[in-house]
Amino acid sequence: MKWNRILDISFSRTPSIYINMKLTLKVWRQKNSKAKGELESYQVEASEHMSFLEMMDVLNEQLIVEKKSPIAFDHDCREGICGSCSMTINGSPHGPQTGTTTCQLHMRKFKDGDTIVVEPWRSGVFPVVRDLTVDRSAFDRIIQSGGYISVNTGQAPDGNAIPIEKDLASNAFDAAACIGCGACVAACPNGSAMLFTAAKVSHLNQLPQGEVEKTRRTASMVAQMDKEGFGMCSNVGACEAECPKEISIEHIARMNRDYVASIFGGRKS
Amino acid sequence: MNLDSKTPAGALGDKWTDYKAKMPLVAPNNKRRLDVIVIGTGLAGASAAATMGELGYNVKAFTFHDSPRRAHSIAAQGGINAAKNYQNDGDSVYRLFYDTIKGGDYRSRESNVHRLAEVSADIIDQCVAQGVPFAREYGGLLENRSFGGVQVSRTFYARGQTGQQLLIGAYSALSRQISTGKVTMYNRHEMMDLVMVDGKARGIIARNLLTGELERHSAHCVVLATGGYGNVFYLSTNAMGSNVTAAWRAVKKGALMANPCFTQIHPTCIPVSGDYQSKLTLMSESLRNDGRVWVPKKKEDAAAIREGKKTALDIAEGDRDYYLERRYPAFGNLVPRDVASRAAKVACDEGNGVAPTGLAVYLDFASAIQRYGKSAAHSQGLDESDQALIKKLGKEVVAEKYGNLFEMYEKISGENPYKFPMKIYPAVHYTMGGLWVDYNLQTNVEGLFALGECNFSDHGANRLGASALMQGLADGYFVIPYTIGTFLSEEIRTPQIANDTPEFIKAEKETADRINSLASSNGSQSVESFHRRLGKIMWEYCGMSRNADGLTKGRKMIRELREEFYKDVFVPGDADEYNPELEKALRVADFLEHGELMILDALDRAESCGGHFREEYVTEDGEARRNDADFTYVSAWEWDDNDPKLHKEELVFDNVELKTRSYK
Repeated sequence: MKWNRILDISFSRTPSIYINMKLTLKVWRQKNSKAKGELESYQVEASEHMSFLEMMDVLNEQLIVEKKSPIAFDHDCREGICGSCSMTINGSPHGPQTGTTTCQLHMRKFKDGDTIVVEPWRSGVFPVVRDLTVDRSAFDRIIQSGGYISVNTGQAPDGNAIPIEKDLASNAFDAAACIGCGACVAACPNGSAMLFTAAKVSHLNQLPQGEVEKTRRTASMVAQMDKEGFGMCSNVGACEAECPKEISIEHIARMNRDYVASIFGGRKS
Repeated sequence: MNLDSKTPAGALGDKWTDYKAKMPLVAPNNKRRLDVIVIGTGLAGASAAATMGELGYNVKAFTFHDSPRRAHSIAAQGGINAAKNYQNDGDSVYRLFYDTIKGGDYRSRESNVHRLAEVSADIIDQCVAQGVPFAREYGGLLENRSFGGVQVSRTFYARGQTGQQLLIGAYSALSRQISTGKVTMYNRHEMMDLVMVDGKARGIIARNLLTGELERHSAHCVVLATGGYGNVFYLSTNAMGSNVTAAWRAVKKGALMANPCFTQIHPTCIPVSGDYQSKLTLMSESLRNDGRVWVPKKKEDAAAIREGKKTALDIAEGDRDYYLERRYPAFGNLVPRDVASRAAKVACDEGNGVAPTGLAVYLDFASAIQRYGKSAAHSQGLDESDQALIKKLGKEVVAEKYGNLFEMYEKISGENPYKFPMKIYPAVHYTMGGLWVDYNLQTNVEGLFALGECNFSDHGANRLGASALMQGLADGYFVIPYTIGTFLSEEIRTPQIANDTPEFIKAEKETADRINSLASSNGSQSVESFHRRLGKIMWEYCGMSRNADGLTKGRKMIRELREEFYKDVFVPGDADEYNPELEKALRVADFLEHGELMILDALDRAESCGGHFREEYVTEDGEARRNDADFTYVSAWEWDDNDPKLHKEELVFDNVELKTRSYK
């Protein structure tokens, strides 16, 4: 076996970019939270193999070459798990593909000649930082109000000390899969954060480890959610439909039950 | 410079216990008066900040993300190792220690690795208590699977999202401390410089990314948990924002960068498909538990596949080369990452690669689907000869184990992996190198600590799968909360550190000058284009295999690129506003220096070990040839603009015999 000089610079042997789409983009541009924003039109050429964000990269590269201000948007892992990306595409948070974040959405879901409208999350509680970037710190504050189990490092019993039914662990996981992106709020006509809050409440309240603090946790997180100014839930179900992790509104029902218990039947309310 | 590892005396298995029992403590009333800065909120940073908050220190935590929950630890898929021996398959602390030392190709420090193995079991307990929904058996007990480079099942997992669940656990512990006021959280703040006062790390200059404002933050000590530098290659499995800046700023203030050339190329990633590509996506190593790696035996078959005239399904069983099973019968598809990656490269270099680029091999689940399908049919009392039924049942089992990975593959590649085998190729994934630290995780700079991927300490020249999560949480939950006391117990009489001293003012001024000069550069090329070019140089000359000529050439090219960057980069916008392009420019500037150091290190290390493969040093049958006589040391580099200086920490192996690493 020989180890000759390598020639495998993988990107140089890849086929050069195969452009098969011309698109019109209408993108929300807003200098800062106080400025007035508006949609601006751009022409961009793309390949169906690109992710939506790679198409946005191409547009930004184009703007930078023209010495114009590139479009600001949050993004990081580009694997659909960090929850950073937050674009409303043609009116749908994260775009047309179900169970998919913006970063995992690929251009093969669009057609040559399409006009695509790209806006930030729309919610009074998520002020625009710039263009498509919004401030979601309200979510952190909801978690800080009770989205944890109060256990200090070193206090834990053996991991197998409490057997947990496989299905129960799996249900808790379904709720814990929330990536905190905020699409549920952006999708909701009331701007409610019930799905986000319920996912955390349901994850922890179901598990034996989290049961101890169930009452206090539920009451406190709901109170914080209201304090932030999120809207009420009227069972529209848009949050579940747009959630990239397909988190079920059943968790909202569970939180409501636990909430009622925290008010009327709680051991310590 | 004397690099004292401060390894405690005593037998390997007793060191940590004895050390903990005798180490100086800081009383609760004094902890309240001591400030600690933690940079980064991934597994290492969040767990460290939370635990030190619980202990009573005043913690200030920083992340450049909009929330601590976004750190890239969240993307880890496969699992976390722990020597629990729940499977009764012969696992033990010693075996986890030994596997890690061997997997790292004998280039890590025995004492640190043994401690890692010792605390591994506590991590699982802690995470379960936090509510991390690990996979469970029907009996309700924790389930395990196997990972590369080991022959036991010690990996705990939460579907293919283990990193996410562990990070959310650490984030919730951190959130709890934020709510009590013991941790003050600074989101969207990036560390721009380290501030030294009288030779000790006493604070940082941070940039508020929303306003561009520079802030001075002081503390009694600074803890870096800022991850790895894989993005120096531009294309990697790292998140777009992952960067070397915090660690590099520490290097510029005198911290040593250890083993920078040790980078891990992960064997199972979705191959590159075009020039526009911004990042690469990993397919968890756990897939190699059930997937079989192969390429066509005949070059003409491979060519036909590349041209789209044939698919994998057209290749008869006898015409397939399951090259890992053939070359490494003892470990088969579960050889360590470095070995699997090079074998894929060999297969493709020999002309047997698939995909239009020729740079891909198959990862095939057909036999697993058969095996699971038969077993499911048997246990349900169904007809075991019904092929369609077996396939259906088998697919269900595979979907339960790896469903989210299969979905992700399909979204990205547009191909159904239940039907056609996955196409995979190696990609940059993790960096074993990092800031040099001693047994206390303190760098050579007093008062500066480094945790997780940011330090070099545990993985030697190659990291085993499911060990990054283990190390991040070990450092944050169970090591630094103790070892930081060795430094802080000497500081109980030190009053709060003022942030208006000349040292802070000078550091802020230097940072402002650096930022303003970049922000005002009005050249003609984008930051991104420089980053791509840097990545190409690094991948070609300091990638999966390296040689002296290429490295020398690469170094020259990087220096030229750096010069061109400062002359011709264009950064839109201003310094005093939210400006993601400026953030990127500052990070790329640091990568342009760090990349050179990686190349220097690769040049110095005239041997092949772990992820570092020098073409000049191979055995007859093409395997890596390590040179223990001359290179059993940690290389620790002191940066200098012209001539970085190498310091060496000799590695002493009292317990493990150095052997040629064989997985055959």
